[in-house]
Amino acid sequence: MQFFAELFGSYWADVQLVVWTLIKIVAIVLPLMIGVAYLTLAERKVIGFMQVRIGPNRVGYFGLLQPLADGLKLLFKEIILPTASNKALFFIGPVLAIAPAFAAWAVIPFDATLVLANVDAGLLYILAMTSVAVYGVIIAGWASNSKYAFLGALRSAAQIVSYEIAMGFTLVGVLMCANSLNLGNIVMGQEGGFWHWYFLPLFPLFVVYFISAVAETNRAPFDVAEGESEIVAGFHVEYSGMAFAVFFLAEYANMMLVSMLAALMFLGGWLSPVPFLPDSILWLLAKVAFLLFLFLWFRATFPRYRYDQIMRLGWKVFIPITLVWIVVVGAMMQTQWAYLFH
Amino acid sequence: MLFTDIVFYVLSAILLFSGIRVITTRNPVHAALFLVLAFFTAAGIWLLLEAEFLAIALILVYVGAVMVLFLFVVMMLDINLDKLREGFWEYLPMAGLIGVLMVVEMTMVLAEKNLHPSEAVELPANYSNTAALGKVLYTDYLLPFELAAVVLLVAMIAAIVLTLRERKDNKSMNPAEQVKVKRNDRLRIVSMPAEVEEAPAAPTEEKK
Repeated sequence: MQFFAELFGSYWADVQLVVWTLIKIVAIVLPLMIGVAYLTLAERKVIGFMQVRIGPNRVGYFGLLQPLADGLKLLFKEIILPTASNKALFFIGPVLAIAPAFAAWAVIPFDATLVLANVDAGLLYILAMTSVAVYGVIIAGWASNSKYAFLGALRSAAQIVSYEIAMGFTLVGVLMCANSLNLGNIVMGQEGGFWHWYFLPLFPLFVVYFISAVAETNRAPFDVAEGESEIVAGFHVEYSGMAFAVFFLAEYANMMLVSMLAALMFLGGWLSPVPFLPDSILWLLAKVAFLLFLFLWFRATFPRYRYDQIMRLGWKVFIPITLVWIVVVGAMMQTQWAYLFH
Repeated sequence: MLFTDIVFYVLSAILLFSGIRVITTRNPVHAALFLVLAFFTAAGIWLLLEAEFLAIALILVYVGAVMVLFLFVVMMLDINLDKLREGFWEYLPMAGLIGVLMVVEMTMVLAEKNLHPSEAVELPANYSNTAALGKVLYTDYLLPFELAAVVLLVAMIAAIVLTLRERKDNKSMNPAEQVKVKRNDRLRIVSMPAEVEEAPAAPTEEKK
């Protein structure tokens, strides 16, 4: 330590800060990657059981090593570059898909004190990061120079831009209740048992948020960007090996991110549902796990939406619902029942 | 040199480079993506100035919404690159003159106030730019703010009205009408006596 302190001289404090922050980032990203790997296994198992199958059970006990085997397989596969593709953008696409999915975790609080960056505009930062995620899909679809990939990219771009508006309005409702854009403060505003959580006064917004979240992450029943039966695999049809795996990772990291946000904003985060039990990060993980289970449940249950129905749902149903409910919340806050919304 | 200085110079270099590439690159999609990069680095510079709300709003509005739709259109156009490049060198002197003029004007307006960094006050770490902006916007500048909102609303309605026209060949479905359909609109049950099929005649060989 002494040696390094002398080596860097007056920069020692800066260097320490950078190294310490890097360690914290790894401490978030590593569990996230493991979570993503086992979410893929959970998906196959859950859908298997819902369809009266067993699911993967060959690699390790109950198929527990299956994600590792899948990862290894994809790692050793060749990444095929289409001849007439745009080479630089073809490889930037997957990077742009996964980077925002990880960057958004910087402001997520896991506990009252456990947060990488406790910024005041945390909610805005998350919105900005999730809106950037669409670039990966668009660039991948265009750079592949393939009709199917391009169609998938266009569908995805239109869908994500549409549902982002409804999603943004639901967040307006939350920050009206919490009087803050800081995610930690939003959670602390829901203290005192599950009847104080925001999903009760903001129930329409909660429903709209979660359905928009499914659409934003391109998951079934909104997975027209991939749409196996119509456009093969959509925007990532030309990708193979690890480049394909990166899109896969980004999709699941995004699923975990939106579930985490729903748990923090509407379901009280790490707060326990009843006052006599202690608050803990375990509550947060349990809530996220439940929301992720809903994602898998949707996929096993619902048939895919038709494209014009997706657009209609986003623009003509969700946006009016959120607008009306924001007015309701604002009006109620001026009455004697304002305490219900805080 | 402070760490923030290094960050500032790196971001500025990227910003200038991407700004130049926006107008010099041959492919319009590349140009749009360089513009996205320019927005990102500009947001980074604003963050250095402790204007976090403006920085995030820039990414949210311009990168997240405007440029996505821009790319959406540019990608679908089949643009003839050579025709687009025609006259680049011809117009360069005029364009350069206008550019230099704009730089001079902006320096004359802004230099007086902004070229004295020693006067800049370092704000405390817990100072919230977002809250301060909100307070000013909804008290001192309430009327201009509302006016701007009304102007935007008018523009929005105008944009929708411009595209609103009935087309004869439009095959889109109306879900309200679909839901209202009753069984009797689609199905007619006819009462008729049962048909008795006559015994088929023995098939005759007609093959040649």
